[in-house]
Amino acid sequence: MHKLRLLLAICLLGISCAQAAIDPELLKPLADDDSDRRIAAILALVEAAPEEAQPVLKAMAEDSLALAGERVVILGEGGRVFDAASKRELTPPPAGVETIGINNRVRRELASALAALRLFSAERAVRWQAAQEVNQNADAKMLPLLERALAAEQDAAIRARLQLARAQASLGSSDADVRLDAVRTLGESSDPRVRQLLLPLTQKQGDDWLEPDSAVRAAAGTSIRSIEQRLAWADNLGRAFTGLSLGSILLLAALGLAITYGVMGVINMAHGELLMVGAYSAWAMQSVFRAHLPGALDWYLLAAIPVGFLSAALVGVLMERIVIRHLYGRPLETLLATWGISLFLMQVARTLFGAQNVEVANPGWMAGGVELLPNLLLPWNRIIIVAFSIAVLVAMWAILNLSRLGMFVRAVTQNRPMAGCVGVPTGRIDTLAFGLGAGIAGLGGVALSQIANVGPDMGQGYIVDSFMVVVLGGVGQLAGAVWAALGLGVFTKFLEGWTGAVVAKIVVLVLIIVFIQKRPQGLFALKGRFVES
Amino acid sequence: MRPSPARTPFIVRLGASFDARGWRLSGLFAAFALIAVPVMHLALPADHPLHLSTWFITLVGKILCYAIVAVAMDLIWGYGGILSLGHGLFFALGGYGFGMYLMRQIGRDGSYQSDLPDFMVFLDWKELPWFWVGSDSFLWAVLLVLVVPALIAFVFGYFAFRSRIKGVYFSIITQALTYAAMLLFFRNETGFGGNNGFTDFKRILGHPITAPETRVVLFALSALALIGTLLLARYLVRSKFGRVLTAIRDAESRVMFIGYNPLWYKLFVWTLSAMLCAVAGALYVPQVGIINPSEMSVGNSIEIAIWVAVGGRGTLIGPVIGAFLVNLAKSWFTVSFPEYWLFFLGTLFIVATLYLPQGVVGLWLRLRARRRGKGAAAGEPPAAVAKGVGA
Amino acid sequence: MNAADLPPTNGDNPDWDSGTAELGHILKPGQLDLSHKVILYLDDITVSFDGFRALNKLSLTIDAGELRCIIGPNGAGKTTMMDVITGKTRPDEGTVFFGQTIDLTRLSEPEIAHMGIGRKFQKPTIFENHTVFENLELAMKTDKRVWRSLFATLDSAAGDRIAETLQLIRLTTDADRLAGLLSHGQKQWLEIGMLLMQEPKLLLLDEPVAGMTDEETERTGELFLSLAGRHSLVVVEHDMAFVKQLGGKVTVLHEGSVLAEGSLEEVQADQRVIEVYLGR
Repeated sequence: MHKLRLLLAICLLGISCAQAAIDPELLKPLADDDSDRRIAAILALVEAAPEEAQPVLKAMAEDSLALAGERVVILGEGGRVFDAASKRELTPPPAGVETIGINNRVRRELASALAALRLFSAERAVRWQAAQEVNQNADAKMLPLLERALAAEQDAAIRARLQLARAQASLGSSDADVRLDAVRTLGESSDPRVRQLLLPLTQKQGDDWLEPDSAVRAAAGTSIRSIEQRLAWADNLGRAFTGLSLGSILLLAALGLAITYGVMGVINMAHGELLMVGAYSAWAMQSVFRAHLPGALDWYLLAAIPVGFLSAALVGVLMERIVIRHLYGRPLETLLATWGISLFLMQVARTLFGAQNVEVANPGWMAGGVELLPNLLLPWNRIIIVAFSIAVLVAMWAILNLSRLGMFVRAVTQNRPMAGCVGVPTGRIDTLAFGLGAGIAGLGGVALSQIANVGPDMGQGYIVDSFMVVVLGGVGQLAGAVWAALGLGVFTKFLEGWTGAVVAKIVVLVLIIVFIQKRPQGLFALKGRFVES
Repeated sequence: MRPSPARTPFIVRLGASFDARGWRLSGLFAAFALIAVPVMHLALPADHPLHLSTWFITLVGKILCYAIVAVAMDLIWGYGGILSLGHGLFFALGGYGFGMYLMRQIGRDGSYQSDLPDFMVFLDWKELPWFWVGSDSFLWAVLLVLVVPALIAFVFGYFAFRSRIKGVYFSIITQALTYAAMLLFFRNETGFGGNNGFTDFKRILGHPITAPETRVVLFALSALALIGTLLLARYLVRSKFGRVLTAIRDAESRVMFIGYNPLWYKLFVWTLSAMLCAVAGALYVPQVGIINPSEMSVGNSIEIAIWVAVGGRGTLIGPVIGAFLVNLAKSWFTVSFPEYWLFFLGTLFIVATLYLPQGVVGLWLRLRARRRGKGAAAGEPPAAVAKGVGA
Repeated sequence: MNAADLPPTNGDNPDWDSGTAELGHILKPGQLDLSHKVILYLDDITVSFDGFRALNKLSLTIDAGELRCIIGPNGAGKTTMMDVITGKTRPDEGTVFFGQTIDLTRLSEPEIAHMGIGRKFQKPTIFENHTVFENLELAMKTDKRVWRSLFATLDSAAGDRIAETLQLIRLTTDADRLAGLLSHGQKQWLEIGMLLMQEPKLLLLDEPVAGMTDEETERTGELFLSLAGRHSLVVVEHDMAFVKQLGGKVTVLHEGSVLAEGSLEEVQADQRVIEVYLGR
């Protein structure tokens, strides 16, 4: 594969750069025994002929640069050999070819040199990418190269990046004014690595300042502070987003419960396993698409949505018909029986799909993300899940408030005998409502399959959390569940920044317990079957 | 309760909690545990048909501890109507409390030959954390077992019952509590061995912990603890306290309006129940040889409820029978058909709640009543009538 | 049923008979002060549920030893008023005093019960899984703290008291039956019996004769009349014949406040009361 790509690159370059050849004298030190000299040679090569150097360095990085006698050659596919200076194929291939081995230090230099070279690419996207990479490890050696790139660069965004990189590189300059200038420019960055870079300038080693010039030191301090402000802002924004996305997952897990527990008053400990059913549906659709519709594999998730909903709803309806129906009004027994169902479903999954987690891949269109700030990337899969949970929420609200089924559900939960009297088929409504709640759990499972492990035990991890959401939000209200889920999600993520994930979770649980003690009335805003006589 | 002469010494009244048949059964059981088991395990050669293997003693000893937990659970659930999903926590805390002592008894025989327990050496700790102070004393360990879980139960219960959290809410909150504790104990920094918990015990009170004699003594202690638990529970449920407790279960507001404060009644039985669990946990750990945070998992606590439900809530012998039935089935399944155990347990949960509201004891009583004809039915119904028990 | 059947009260005479009512006197904390011959003051009580005013500036006083009937259409706030007195509901505004000194809004349900207020619910609430005997035993006036009930035994005096009450409520032969197996009327009586065992100074009775036969109703009326004087009674009732039999002062509640007060005849003649009951 690598070889193939190399060959392709060589051919392309061969066409564009055939006219220019590199001075073979520049190439020779690349094969030197001394690493320092080889690195110097790489830099010299880059500076002298930025465009022609690329294939050579690439070949070197991929261990296909070799020495044939005095001549530096590139080894191609199928034993073909090219001259590194002129890029012409050597026929017949010379004998006694010896690959130029490189150590890690040289490899690092090669990588940054290659990145730097891409600054001269004709494509803007490539240059943009390269400018970003250069930003991450610019040093003094690259200065001349950066100057050249800046001179040639027209695009304002890329120029800004390059200027930053140049400033980074000139931190090592011996001229204090240059350093001062560089430090000030760097103050406009919002990259945590730049802060890391500036930090030593304000520190002492032994009794001496690392930075001798006090003006530069002061400027560095100011720059660090302004970077830190920007960083904190982006950090908080990032946490808020991950919190939001955690919240939306909690919401998806809890929305189904909001119907079965919140509205119907059924404690369903097997709720997590309904999520699992949804997640396995996604996996199953992926397998089906892979086997029969490989071309449309990216769209398996769309098919998984209805399948996940229906299969979880079917399981829910069966549960309601066989077990839960006989336990209405006995919440503690319902709790135990549904726990039994959850054990049963877990073992079914284990028997059918194996005890190991199955692999569910994100479709291509969910890969990557939106970069809001240099240190803030919002992954597409999270964004899509937030959007998805909003859609499910809206749909659920509409079903409960606008449809006839929703009206019946509300009627039955408010006054069962009266609803029965006016002709609402209460038994069937119970089944349908439970099925709806289960189906929504299934949707949650489909969403979860995109970001979490899919396995027989996956449901167990969500059951405590989702009950906490419903309990915290107050029973019987969608809005409560929404706020509780989002609030819990964001709060947990911010807390994690302070304390780490496990402690954050413990603290959240303890806080919920305390909160419920303080405000039990939020808890006891009960409707329907729970009304105390 | 008919009037009885006042000023009977308490110990006599406690003893009178068991009727003649109860004492006969307890005596038989005690004789089995204290005489028959040691003889059959120690004196008989291993190939003798009546020889009891180490495996048997460990298994039954373990189940005896579970039975204590089941009775404790029954006190709070069957009689108090409060379903706790946090009893695994108290059981584990008792186990950890005693496990600290056992860890210290290892001394320098651990794999790092340090005075500190191995996991602390592994974490590069230089000295014992403050809460380990005194853990090398047996009496201190006993005190820890009795006090710490009780204190946690008391504080938690006080706030929960004062806020009138009941029914399913209470269950869910106890579950969250247990879950939080499990996460806490999984952390290495908490100071209880993280994932691995405590294991590789060597000695107890200077005696080698795996010696047959030690096992037999631990077995006998578990049996005595079970008899003691049953006696205490029997006394409680027959006392006025027990009647108030069931009254709270059935009609809490009525109880309040005739002047009882349910808070203290619930709190007493809840704390007592937690203490019994802790004692069971402390007896369990030396017999099984390990304690780790998975004992606090959500599933474990719910499983306790199913022992009680299968045996029969609101009776005292029911939970013991349930603990034995379910755990014997578990050890049989996990050896013979490990993949079917969860199917069986899941089905058991469903069947027990749907078809056995009074458990096997209730079933047996019903069958007996039917056989004796209708006349006997009005006699003494099981303490918990189906109505109102779980609500 | 006559007064001789009644269980003995706790020995001492009611406080207002002691002749010291008008004089300066010393009270132990928690003791009921009846120096102005009023046992219950409700002043300006307002209770709202989600914006709905169940009680609206309700003011009411009950005299010591009085038998008061409270009537009013559904939703007039009768049960809410009882909830406020017994501590189940806290008023948003207003004060509730038991005697001169005891502020009921600061006490919990069990504490109020201890002070001497007994309550019978609209729906008979008894302990269905306990025997009739045990129901009475649990209700009996005694130290009701945990520690005591752990070691409590029943002495013969208490046994006698239970036996007397059993006789009074005509359940002697059912003493060992589960209370859940009683008929509706019997359950009502058992609950009244439990109330008597508490020896309360003030009895709140929410529809005590609902579901009783005419004969049972009449006997209940006789019982209440014999209790009045020694106890204060507040009876909420819809059955006008029963109210007539009791004969005391009648208070009409409407939309959370007092609409009219007086003898049954006066109240029945009141134009506003007629409007409320017959509709506008």
